[in-house]
Amino acid sequence: MSLIEARLRFPVYDLRAVRLAARRVMRARPQVLTPIVPTQSLSGKALAAVIAIMTLLASLTLGAVVLVRSSAGNWQSQVAREVTIQVRPVEGRDIETEVRRATLIARASQGVAQVRPYSRAESLRLLEPWLGGGLALDELPIPRLVVITLAPGAKADLDGLRQSLADQVAGASLDDHRAFLERMRQMTRLAVAGGFAVLALVLGATLLMVVFATRGAMASNRNIVEVLHFVGAKNRFIATQFQRHFLALGLKGALVGGGIAMLLFAGAHFLSTRTSEVPEGVAWLMGDLSLAPEGYAGIIGLVVLVAAVAALTSRWTVHRTLASLD
Amino acid sequence: MVRFENVGLRYGAGPEVLRDVSFAVEPGSLQFLTGPSGAGKTSLLRLLFMSLQPTRGLISVFGHDVANLTKDAIATLRRRIGLVFQDFRLIDHLNTYENVALPLRVIGRAEANYRSEVIELLRWVGLGDRLWALPEVLSGGEKQRAAIARAVISRPELLLADEPTGNVDPTLARRLLRLFVELHRSGTAVVIATHDVSLMDQYDARRLVLLEGNLHVAD
Repeated sequence: MSLIEARLRFPVYDLRAVRLAARRVMRARPQVLTPIVPTQSLSGKALAAVIAIMTLLASLTLGAVVLVRSSAGNWQSQVAREVTIQVRPVEGRDIETEVRRATLIARASQGVAQVRPYSRAESLRLLEPWLGGGLALDELPIPRLVVITLAPGAKADLDGLRQSLADQVAGASLDDHRAFLERMRQMTRLAVAGGFAVLALVLGATLLMVVFATRGAMASNRNIVEVLHFVGAKNRFIATQFQRHFLALGLKGALVGGGIAMLLFAGAHFLSTRTSEVPEGVAWLMGDLSLAPEGYAGIIGLVVLVAAVAALTSRWTVHRTLASLD
Repeated sequence: MVRFENVGLRYGAGPEVLRDVSFAVEPGSLQFLTGPSGAGKTSLLRLLFMSLQPTRGLISVFGHDVANLTKDAIATLRRRIGLVFQDFRLIDHLNTYENVALPLRVIGRAEANYRSEVIELLRWVGLGDRLWALPEVLSGGEKQRAAIARAVISRPELLLADEPTGNVDPTLARRLLRLFVELHRSGTAVVIATHDVSLMDQYDARRLVLLEGNLHVAD
């Protein structure tokens, strides 16, 4: 067809006909441009599924870390608000008098909210789990406890109290649970560090998967990369197309994984408040399984992070692969 | 426009496939690049398209020494060259319209901005009713016309075609050749690589003949 023939076939002066034809054509056209990197591939679906699983694992780990941390924090503050006076029997001294004296000294001490001396019967009950019931313990020299609850926010003078007890009460010692608290802090730190190590491993595995998936996608779309080069596309443009593709895949997978994790945490909290079926160990470690808002925010952050890792890793891989092709 | 001076090319440690090739492509000219299979036509086209670097000699494209160009600069220069392949090289999951619009999409033009241009060109090559068809349902001739439309949509100054009629019947081959001649008449320099002598005989154009790596120019 010559240019003249073309002009005759599509006369430019018949604006109405052109407009009608254009309208007909545009009605039939797809609404959005197809992405240059094909989205509906089997490997893409598999990658989205694996990213979803990885994000689920990472989110569960993150949630568990947040739960352990907040429960341990509560526990620590509760334990830290309690100190105990232990009064051991001393020959020639009446232990009941010594306990009363210790109680009076404790009540007079600065920053103390409550003082509760344990009676002999209560002290014996405390020993039952170790020694068993039904034993004749009357003759045994059982130490006695006075539990002191410190006022929240107030600064207690524990050194002064310790000194007063040493001076005035025979066989008395003050235990502020420092060693126990330190062990708990260490345990919490270890749990949190373990959680972050798992997170790092999951992110590392996701990164490697995306590298391999991007290489695979580039190999299977080599024809597209070549055509893009032939029509004058710069490496930056090609990398952006792949990055967009993997960002969408990563976001889809991460949203599914993170969403399931959030539902699981919300469901666990709901169940723990409705039933008393939560195992004792779990309840002891993680309280009522209520994930704090920062836990949910952390999971959302994780979703964004996984998607960003997928996008940036694919961009980096495309640039490297293109550099090796040129 | 394009100038080759004593260009030599070898792949790895193999023999030279092109030897002391010197010629120029002038603006608005039409030439056939011919020679037996394996003579180096595709290699010469790849040099013209800057997807290969010569082992020796000088290649100047649009006034730039190719040896000194960055990758980005080569990509920018490629936008002034249209390329047509024997095997069409259409992207399978894009429809005809999207395949043809690809060079405009690559340079960042908005779709609303080029839509009418692409539709008009597709009508001109006779694919007005195949705009939204995928390549898999197009015939060989339709694919080749779409590939030609893609090569000329950005109004290139130079059009390179590698055996563009190799996969179509003789009647369609003649029609496609007329299309190239029309483009040449509208001011585009055209280089058509072919070994189809009967096709070349239809037009009085310069012939670049490659024989055993040496180029002979027949004006």
